[in-house]
Amino acid sequence: MPGFQKQKYLIDFTLSALLRRKGKNTALVLVYALVVFVLASVLFFTQALRREAALVLAGAPEIVVQRLTAGRHDLIPESYADAIRNIRGVSDVSPRLWGYYYDPVFGANFTLLVPQEFPYGRGNIVIGQGVAEVSRSSIDNILPFWTHEGRLTSFKIAEIFSSDSQLISADLILISEPDFRSLFGLAEGVATNLVLTVKNAKERPIVAAKIKKLLPDTRPIIRDEILRTYDSLFNWRSGILLVVLAGAGLAFIIFAWDKATGLSAEERREIGILKAIGWETSDVILMKFWEGGIISLTSFLSGVLLAYVHVFFTSSFLFEPVLKGWAVIYPEFKLVPFVDAFHIATLFFLTVVPYTLATIVPAWRAAIVDPDAVLRT
Amino acid sequence: MIELIDTRKVFNVGKPNEFTAVHDVSLCIPSSRVTVLKGPSGSGKTTLLSLVGCMARPTSGRIMLSSVRLHSPLWEFSGGEVSSLPERFLTEIRRHTFGFIFQQYHLIRGLSALENVMLPAYPRGEPYGILKRRAMALLDQFGIGGKAASRMEWLSGGEAQRLAIARALINDPQAIIADEPTAHLDSRLSEELMAILLGLRDQGKTVIIASHDPIVCDSQRVDGVVELRDGRVVSTT
Repeated sequence: MPGFQKQKYLIDFTLSALLRRKGKNTALVLVYALVVFVLASVLFFTQALRREAALVLAGAPEIVVQRLTAGRHDLIPESYADAIRNIRGVSDVSPRLWGYYYDPVFGANFTLLVPQEFPYGRGNIVIGQGVAEVSRSSIDNILPFWTHEGRLTSFKIAEIFSSDSQLISADLILISEPDFRSLFGLAEGVATNLVLTVKNAKERPIVAAKIKKLLPDTRPIIRDEILRTYDSLFNWRSGILLVVLAGAGLAFIIFAWDKATGLSAEERREIGILKAIGWETSDVILMKFWEGGIISLTSFLSGVLLAYVHVFFTSSFLFEPVLKGWAVIYPEFKLVPFVDAFHIATLFFLTVVPYTLATIVPAWRAAIVDPDAVLRT
Repeated sequence: MIELIDTRKVFNVGKPNEFTAVHDVSLCIPSSRVTVLKGPSGSGKTTLLSLVGCMARPTSGRIMLSSVRLHSPLWEFSGGEVSSLPERFLTEIRRHTFGFIFQQYHLIRGLSALENVMLPAYPRGEPYGILKRRAMALLDQFGIGGKAASRMEWLSGGEAQRLAIARALINDPQAIIADEPTAHLDSRLSEELMAILLGLRDQGKTVIIASHDPIVCDSQRVDGVVELRDGRVVSTT
């Protein structure tokens, strides 16, 4: 297999050539990897957040109806459900009770929700994995709460659940309806909002419009609208970060272009020697192709790997303030690792391919010179 | 035998700095002999060497290589004109037929002596074990086997010269081309080098040397001297 052995020789020579110019190549790999790291971090982070949002909203009702009083969210009378139920296309309406509870002991904000069916009865709660971790509690433990009157009450943990999204399980506590009402002091006959099932997606905006007309003090929210808001929010945030980092990216392009397209006198001399001792132009180009490939692949893989660790293991500590925003995602959670192959491929074709090709052009220009030039140096 | 017929080499054709380095030279260089191209600086020795060694093409005229046989899966050469061959075939002929010893040695810095010797054979893709054995045998032959792992820049002038000769021989060429090989050597090392080159001649190799060093040109043991001046052959002995 002379062809295979030849490639091995060329790669071997390329690696030793890279090591001979350690300083220059290390600097190049570091800067290159840094740019890939930044781009991949933004990509991973926004993708993972979008996916989290999609997961959260997948179980969300198709339409949520809130009541507004003086432009503020207010409790909604359960009687509104009867009026809405009569609208064509609405297959189910049910009142939903939920709210936030700040626990001063753990310094955490929990979301309390009354599910449609709660099998454990009064005095029991079901908590998410994240809540269990924060409160260091397990099944059958007691979790204390302060009621709206300032009394201390406690609930027994009947179950701990986990979810695909930490965003859901991080802070969620399921509780029975009577316990919820007594904890927060909510009167009978009112709910936090109403949730609607409208099977036909095309009917949802029409149903929403009808509700608005029928009950002017309400605000119907369609699930798809929330999804779109999240999407544009994340696009906007990642866009801001990319604009800020565009300067750095541009500097890298100039730096890489300069390094890739210019050959040093030493490199030109080497190419001349190789040609003179019997290497073909194609051998020299192939060698330079391997060189560009090794540099850009090493940088690309290290950049992507670092970005993965940065986003999914350190919660993007570098970009967190810009990307998350202080009020959008709350409380703290870790993103579930998610990598979109299409985005990785795009990043690959925007970095590795142009760099590798850029290294070939100057090598070709140097290699087509008659090898006798080396005799004259 | 290498034959040059009315060979002319012009640099920068059509430009204001056009320069003719070799003027219609016709010459026969016999096989298995040591031929010296003698002449002052700028007489066209190096240009003639590069034409003979298939490193450059003549502007006009022909260069014939007889007794050269090459077989590859796509191509076969059994002697004849080489000056009009495409670059790829010319490279293959150069790789198989000629070994070069340059004035400045032109070894690659940072590589070991062994790697430098093996370098011309890389494009042939032969198994590593065989290639390494052959390279080690050459290093041993020239007394620098112990320096195989040493980086080229750690070698003395004489060792670097011998390393350059070993590299020229790795593809077992029929001809050795040496450009001013004694330019950076003292008299003792120059004599040593001449002994090596004459030894190669005795092994049947054709040796062509460009030099104006009396140790080379006036040596009684060289077989022929071609004197050049201003790109023309002045005398042949």
